[in-house]
Amino acid sequence: MGMDNNNLVEVENLVMYFPVTAGIMRRKVADVKAVDGISFYIKNGETLGLVGESGCGKTTTGRCILRLYEITSGKITFDGVDISKLNKEQMRNMRRNMQLIFQDPFASLDPRQTAGSIIGEPLQVHKLVKGQEYKEQVAELLKMVELEPRMSVRYPHEFSGGQRQRLGLARALAVRPKFIVCDEPVSALDVSIQAQIITLLLRLKQELNLTYLFIAHDLSVVRHISDRVGVMYLGRMAELTRSDELYDNPLHPYTQALLSAVPIPDPAVDRQRKRILLSGDVPSPIFTPGGCHFHPRCSVAMDVCKDQVPEFKDVGNEHWVACWRV
Amino acid sequence: MRLIPYPPGVIMGGEVIFKGRDLLAISEAEIRKIRGDEIAMVFQEPTTSLNPLFSIKTQLSESLILHRDMDKEGAAEESVKLLKQVGIPDAERRVNNYPHQFSGGMQQRIMIAMALTCNPDLLIADEPTTSVDVTVQAQLLDIIDRLRTEYGTAVIIITHNLGVIARYVDRVNVMYAGRLVESGETGALFAQPMHPYTMGLLSSVPRLDLPRKHELFVIGGQPPNLARIPPGCAFHPRCQFAIDRCRQEIPELEEITDGRHSACFRSRELPELVGK
Ligand SMILES: Nc1ncnc2c1ncn2[C@@H]1O[C@H](COP(=O)(O)OP(=O)(O)OP(=O)(O)O)[C@@H](O)[C@H]1O
Ligand SMILES: [Mg+2]
Repeated sequence: MGMDNNNLVEVENLVMYFPVTAGIMRRKVADVKAVDGISFYIKNGETLGLVGESGCGKTTTGRCILRLYEITSGKITFDGVDISKLNKEQMRNMRRNMQLIFQDPFASLDPRQTAGSIIGEPLQVHKLVKGQEYKEQVAELLKMVELEPRMSVRYPHEFSGGQRQRLGLARALAVRPKFIVCDEPVSALDVSIQAQIITLLLRLKQELNLTYLFIAHDLSVVRHISDRVGVMYLGRMAELTRSDELYDNPLHPYTQALLSAVPIPDPAVDRQRKRILLSGDVPSPIFTPGGCHFHPRCSVAMDVCKDQVPEFKDVGNEHWVACWRV
Repeated sequence: MRLIPYPPGVIMGGEVIFKGRDLLAISEAEIRKIRGDEIAMVFQEPTTSLNPLFSIKTQLSESLILHRDMDKEGAAEESVKLLKQVGIPDAERRVNNYPHQFSGGMQQRIMIAMALTCNPDLLIADEPTTSVDVTVQAQLLDIIDRLRTEYGTAVIIITHNLGVIARYVDRVNVMYAGRLVESGETGALFAQPMHPYTMGLLSSVPRLDLPRKHELFVIGGQPPNLARIPPGCAFHPRCQFAIDRCRQEIPELEEITDGRHSACFRSRELPELVGK
């Protein structure tokens, strides 16, 4: 993967299996191979997008980087530190630098806490402020996400979906992180509100010099917000490159099919496009196919694809792809 | 479809004309017959319309026997054929499975098969693809589209996905706060929206075919609260073109040009206003 001082996050051969148990003895009968050996890096100040079908392992990847799971194997480096080696105390300090925002901020906000205390809590937990400063900081954070300081006395249910996403973001920003995992932050929002949050995320990244891992289903949204995009399929990375390159020159058959499936909101353009139809469904992450995970649905699969895993390699200009055909 | 539970839902007025008859004026027995027979509906959540206790064959057959006067054997055969049509592999075997044995995308396909057991004149698809992935979404909508061309079924797609609209529909009705604000033929509407809400919507979504760094247009404010709809045009608090009249009077949906309707006092000047 090549060590580079400019990388904030480095993921090497990350594997995350969840055991499937059965019976009253909770005997392990199989593994869900949620993440099955992926490597990539995120540079300081960039946004790396992560796309792929439901269940392909995007959220799990994000949570592993934050070390919310004990990983099965592999190595995760954050800011030059191998975080899998950190003890609890060290990890708690490290976590200040890395935050998470989710699709449904309401589920993560305590309904009995006011907006102000939700946002201010991390400041107190990490002992970042004293007395008088506290109120000022909360007001400052609210302004940062374009809410009004007077809203700090309200409860989560008094906010709309888009406003709650702003609250979640303000809370994440309270500890002045370097890195935020944004897991489907706009997927549940009304189209008109999506644009508001995307624009806010882009502005904050610029102003606060943040680095994002941006996870989403919607390829158009991911391309818009990300500098580079990784495409996952069934626990593995199929392709990863600059956003423009991915959309102009997709090399993996799965990426090509995925892009062609996205309808463009302009009939004049969309009805001229060439379509690649994928047959079948995504296989189960428990009984994964041998060789390249995509081969059962791939129209150009060869014999080698059925039993040998293609290497994920750089084919030039930081365009990474895992396909025997390339 | 008269499926809104009463209470609390009440239809306050109006007409729903289907094949020349007002669906709001007919008896409960008559509407029930139309529902399964002439109008079919595909919902967002497949689990709401598939019965977990019966095999797919049983459920499809039952409807075929009822609506198409088939015998048991014929219905069983037709069930397999329908599953094949909606792209379920290994249909002969899978027809004996129960709903939970299928993935979400497959359940959606089965639901479409279910809707087709009655050869409907009208298929209403309510956000048929929100819970599935883009590749599956494309498969499902292609199936619906093929059925439309093959059997001449009329289709209503209810969605917030502008890409789906652009790809699959002939005519669009845009709704805001419980009212139609614009309607027209798809190509014309996308090329030249006539209501500020439609216009904002179209330029607020990122697009794969445009340069990446283009700035999104942001419609400010919050989506309308239906319990507290503002006076005048419901969109006026979020509209950059609002004038005094918009705050007082509700604009009616009226024909602006051939086949193009909009509910905005400023529709006719809009192209010029946007130019500025
Ligand atoms: N805590 C867990 N225990 C067991 N299995 C899990 C757990 N978390 C995730 N999985 C499984 O791991 C796989 C990957 O899940 P993950 O949530 O990472 O997918 P995703 O790409 O984020 O999907 P989505 O787009 O639907 O959010 C899925 O099959 C999921 O069911
Ligand atoms: Mg997820």
